[in-house]
Amino acid sequence: MLTFTIRRLILAVPTLLFISLVIFLLLELAPGDPMAQVPLTVPAEVKEKMRLALGLGEPMHIRFWKWLVQFFWIEPQVLIDNIFGTGLADGKLRVISWQTRSPVMDIVVQRIPQTLWVVGTAYVVAILIALPIGIYSAYRQYSWFDQMGTFVSMVGFSVPPFFSGVLVIVIFSVQLGWFPSIYDTTHVVDSWDAFVYQLKQMIMPVMVLALQITAQLSRFMRASMLDNLNQDYVRTARAKGLSEYVVVMVHVLRNSMIPVVTVIALGIPSIFGGAIITEQVFKVNGIGQLLIGAIQANDLPMVQTLTFIFAVLIVLFNLIADVLYGILDPRIRYD
Amino acid sequence: MTELSNPVPSKPPRSQWLDVWDQFKSHRGALMGGALFLFIILAVYLGPLFWDLEATQIDIRARNQGPSWAHPFGTDQLGRDMLARMMAGGATSVSVGLTAMLLALFLGSFIGVMAGFFKKLDGPLMRLTDLFLALPLLPLLLVMMLLFREPLNATFGPEQGIFILIVISIGVTSWMPTARIVRGDVLALKEREFVMAARSIGTTNSGLITRHILPNVLSPIMVSATLGIATAIITESSLSFLGLGFPPDFPTWGRLLFDATDYLQQHPERVFWPGMAISLTVLSVNYLGDGLRDALDPRIRGR
Repeated sequence: MLTFTIRRLILAVPTLLFISLVIFLLLELAPGDPMAQVPLTVPAEVKEKMRLALGLGEPMHIRFWKWLVQFFWIEPQVLIDNIFGTGLADGKLRVISWQTRSPVMDIVVQRIPQTLWVVGTAYVVAILIALPIGIYSAYRQYSWFDQMGTFVSMVGFSVPPFFSGVLVIVIFSVQLGWFPSIYDTTHVVDSWDAFVYQLKQMIMPVMVLALQITAQLSRFMRASMLDNLNQDYVRTARAKGLSEYVVVMVHVLRNSMIPVVTVIALGIPSIFGGAIITEQVFKVNGIGQLLIGAIQANDLPMVQTLTFIFAVLIVLFNLIADVLYGILDPRIRYD
Repeated sequence: MTELSNPVPSKPPRSQWLDVWDQFKSHRGALMGGALFLFIILAVYLGPLFWDLEATQIDIRARNQGPSWAHPFGTDQLGRDMLARMMAGGATSVSVGLTAMLLALFLGSFIGVMAGFFKKLDGPLMRLTDLFLALPLLPLLLVMMLLFREPLNATFGPEQGIFILIVISIGVTSWMPTARIVRGDVLALKEREFVMAARSIGTTNSGLITRHILPNVLSPIMVSATLGIATAIITESSLSFLGLGFPPDFPTWGRLLFDATDYLQQHPERVFWPGMAISLTVLSVNYLGDGLRDALDPRIRGR
């Protein structure tokens, strides 16, 4: 198992390098000029110098190498500095955003908590809803509950977040006035009222995200339960005289959870991607909104770094899913 | 001569597609989904023939009207008829969905068949698929929109250029699931006796693929085609909704929804129509795919 993990980790390095190269080359083709926002009164030679100051004068491969060094060597040093108070990265050039002229990673670190709060809560809520629905729909296959579950998850698949989000805003913010339509990230929770307000502003984005995730997870849970319910060991367990609860919730559930757990792990990075739209609808200033803003402002270092972070998440959680599968299911051995 | 113990079959043999249709009919959701999808396609493509108002015709005196007989879906902030805009937008959205699906399907089946059939290509092509699966797709799509919009607009004009761009970028980022499924099926088919028999009488590789392999992997391809339409329509609308799709005066469902969010408080119904259209189309296509999967699976059929 350990050798498999190590081998996969080593294999992930060239994959990630290749992905970063693809993203870099794609951005290289950008026709946008970072100096487009500079007033026309600025003389051409000054503009040229500003361009050089942004590091645009170098050939392509040198800039790619610099970005790699900055991302993989200097940024971890900054992280160590921040944790242990050392001075490893003092005076070294970090990945600088063209928009704000501040290090990209600092902005990302500022934005991550908002995304994690909203997306993370949505994911947990979705799992809590999806698993019981999946279990019960499989146990009572073709019952009205199962049919309802199928229909609701079909709707969850089909209604895009930019519609469901806007729809709940129309209903609950505009018509009923229950919840605020804009997520206020400066809100500090220091009293009971503040906590209630935080809950209120989180309900809508969390529910919109959770509907989508629930739809997929409950289908998986149902299919996986159905696969296991007709197995011989279930008959044996019943024949032994175990109670129905123990048979379903202990024997069947534990075996059906194996693929579901890996699906949950695989879904985490795509949630970050899917959250881009939800964040845009509810004006949550998380990572997704940062990416949209950077794309519209032609801020290439920011776009490159963020896209690469998404890629790292995908590769990492793919690896985690594979390893989890091996740990949970003793029949699967990678060696 | 004694009489035949078994009477000669009086009915002609049923074709495979008749069986498929019988099974498909028994899935009520799929039948309704298919009918709804057909209706939506007819409405968006043939609807403008029966509705004389132009989607781009501005009538500033009649702006922000509610539903009436003259304008069943009301008018927008420039007095353009919402029904005409919905049909024009639907034509674009559905066309994008269909063409992007065809492109993804072609790429996916091609790569899947190649990887499954030729052992040498299997490794590299599957690594390529894994690599594409590891790409963050929505961010990349946004980046592609940003980068190639201008040059393509200059070459093909604003509408054609963005259409080509969206179709190609959705196509090249959504072929991977098809490729994986097709490869798996081809790997299994390749070992079957009928393929060996065909090879033994000297059928060439291209003949084998087109005559024997492709018809047998048709059902997973058709199922992923329906799902492909759904994802392509949703992706196009998301791009338009994020302001990186079609230009503002060129309606698509996502764009209409995006424009309507500015008038959310005064005219919430304007959000409702395009959103409902997207959701219903995707829902109908998903049900259609569900039914097709059951109908094309011979193990389920006839039960």
